[in-house]
Amino acid sequence: MTPEERKAFEDKVHAYVGREVNAPQKGKDDVNKAMIRHWAEVMGDENPAYTDEEYAAKSSKGGIIAPPSMLQIWSMEGYPMAHNPSQDVQRELHNVFDEHGFAGVLGTNTSAEYYRDLRPGDEVHAHTVIDKISEQKATQRGIGYFIETVTNFTDQNDEAVGKIIFRVLKFTPNDSNDATGGDDSDDGMPEAPTRIASPRGHDNKWWWDAVDEGKVLIQRCKSCQTLRHPPRPMCGECQSIEWDSIESTLDGEVFSFTELHYPKFPGYQYPLVCAVISLGEGTRIISNIVGCEPEDVYIGMKVKGKVEQVDEKTMLPQFYPAD
Amino acid sequence: MVADIKDKAAIVGVGSTEFSKNSGRSDLSLAAEACKAALDDAGLKPKDVDGMVTFTMDMNEEVDVARALGCDDLTFYSRVPYGGGAATGCLHQAAMAIATGMAETVVCYRALNGRSGHRYSEGVSGDLITGSAIHYGWYTPYGLLTPTSWVAMYHKRYMHLTDCTEDVMFEIAHATREYAVNNPAAFFYKRPFTREDYDNAKKICDPLKLYDCCQESDGGSAVVLTTPERAKDLKQPGVLIKGVAQCSGKDQEEMTSFYRPEIAAIPEMDIAAKMAYEQSGLTPDDIDAAVIYDAFTAIVLWQLESWGFCEQGKAGEFVLSGALRPDGRLPTNTHGGQLSEAYIHGVNGIVEAVRLTRGTSVNQPKKDVNHVLVTSGVGVPTGGALLGKMD
Ligand SMILES: [Zn+2]
Repeated sequence: MTPEERKAFEDKVHAYVGREVNAPQKGKDDVNKAMIRHWAEVMGDENPAYTDEEYAAKSSKGGIIAPPSMLQIWSMEGYPMAHNPSQDVQRELHNVFDEHGFAGVLGTNTSAEYYRDLRPGDEVHAHTVIDKISEQKATQRGIGYFIETVTNFTDQNDEAVGKIIFRVLKFTPNDSNDATGGDDSDDGMPEAPTRIASPRGHDNKWWWDAVDEGKVLIQRCKSCQTLRHPPRPMCGECQSIEWDSIESTLDGEVFSFTELHYPKFPGYQYPLVCAVISLGEGTRIISNIVGCEPEDVYIGMKVKGKVEQVDEKTMLPQFYPAD
Repeated sequence: MVADIKDKAAIVGVGSTEFSKNSGRSDLSLAAEACKAALDDAGLKPKDVDGMVTFTMDMNEEVDVARALGCDDLTFYSRVPYGGGAATGCLHQAAMAIATGMAETVVCYRALNGRSGHRYSEGVSGDLITGSAIHYGWYTPYGLLTPTSWVAMYHKRYMHLTDCTEDVMFEIAHATREYAVNNPAAFFYKRPFTREDYDNAKKICDPLKLYDCCQESDGGSAVVLTTPERAKDLKQPGVLIKGVAQCSGKDQEEMTSFYRPEIAAIPEMDIAAKMAYEQSGLTPDDIDAAVIYDAFTAIVLWQLESWGFCEQGKAGEFVLSGALRPDGRLPTNTHGGQLSEAYIHGVNGIVEAVRLTRGTSVNQPKKDVNHVLVTSGVGVPTGGALLGKMD
């Protein structure tokens, strides 16, 4: 984005601040004992003030109350929304972000205030507005903007009963397609997943250690000079256990390949092409073909490799089209 | 030297549990039920069993199965490695034990919660359950993590070198599906599919799409073998082991033999086939029907070539001629295969091969079926068995 484009984009999204997501809406069900009991059971909350009328009547509450954390529940849309999500202003705003490359979405935090206990028979009305949109932020997830929505809840007498602030990050993912977040906050990000590394044992550690230093080696029998890969402790030709190695120039040719579509594993960037590559030295190696579209890879294609850092923890040989 | 194994052992009972996506019970419960079903089928009692064979991958210890079933003393127990490569390897072990007198009556079983428990489609992405982590370490960092990805690598090359097209792969998938439609035990019972379904299915690893890949299933299957003499007195007509062989080829790796001069072939199965034919005195022309391990459509092609039903590289043509269909040259995977019945690591295939030889498949071909081929999983060390009717 040029500075002008960015300004236009930010003006466009900031124009949403203050707009209401929905007109004030009454919840589908008034506060009722059945839903309170379901919630208490599911959450494992055994507080008798929620379910035991006799106990609740004698308690300081003077009768059954709804768990405060159910506040938002009374205004939820219900299951049909799973098939037919509402096309509200919030969705429209998210679409604007999506169109400008901020496709990632991560719920970062929620805060709630409860002004009074709700009791069976109470109505709950919810009114949601887009309250704030931050300046552009660089987070560990990627560059993005925090959007805050505020929902004010009122009762049948138009008295305020509570308020919930919900903050999401709309961002351009740093890498890969990890646009779905967990519940982690931006200041306590989990480590990004990395590729599944090879364990290193007696017979292969030296090879992977060399890759960490940017080199691809090929094991060579000291006795008969036969090259072998993957490494193993004895020469199959002469049974010698003496060996050294040569460094591959990583000039190769695709012998076979596959584009991996499904399942997609965390830590890998898709599209992803794996190939069996015949190296100029005569041995083969399995690696990735990068630097071109998967459709452009073919058997017999000349490739050139180099060792690269592919994620925070992993050095790997990667092969590019040779010309 | 040709092994002296022909007609030394007979399969006398077969059995399976229900196949499902969530059995809701232990692997051991599935194993015990499958073994009991096979013994009932044979008219044998658990105390008649003195040998047991299963896969190294099976979670059920022989002694636990024996105790669950109520067997007496076991004088033979053995396990065969390499995943589905073990399927007919179990027959191989059992036949040798019976031929040498190490045991008289051997149960081979395989039971797994392959859908609700550990899913094989996860490949080596999760916690490795074998000691082969270093081997797979040559592939995992690049994302080559699943059985489909390893097979795709061979098959891309096979398609490059032969006339094999998606028409061929669809024909294999469709033939097994049409069989499964008639088989109440099959996942795809009464669920036919079209070319459009096949083409529109999810891509897994190019060139393999969803319906090129087998089921993931919960269930168990078992077969009982004993001496031909004893078989004569039992409930079902005995099915003789005419030949049975296993082979790990030169430069074999577990699923990733990518370093051979050519990878569009499975030389270990060529050798197993040659051995089994020699032991039995049979030729491909004598084989009337087959159960060919079909974890993927592609791997059926290579095996048709190994067993000599067509020339190397010509399996596509053979398949497109309708050879695998009920009236074709070689009705194949008549239970629906692992593509369309269930994935019980090939042992449900042995059960079907026995049914075909007995004449009791739900899709029994109209012609006489005297000899049936059944094979193990490929990509790994593998093998196969030739079964025949008892006189
Ligand atoms: Zn040597």
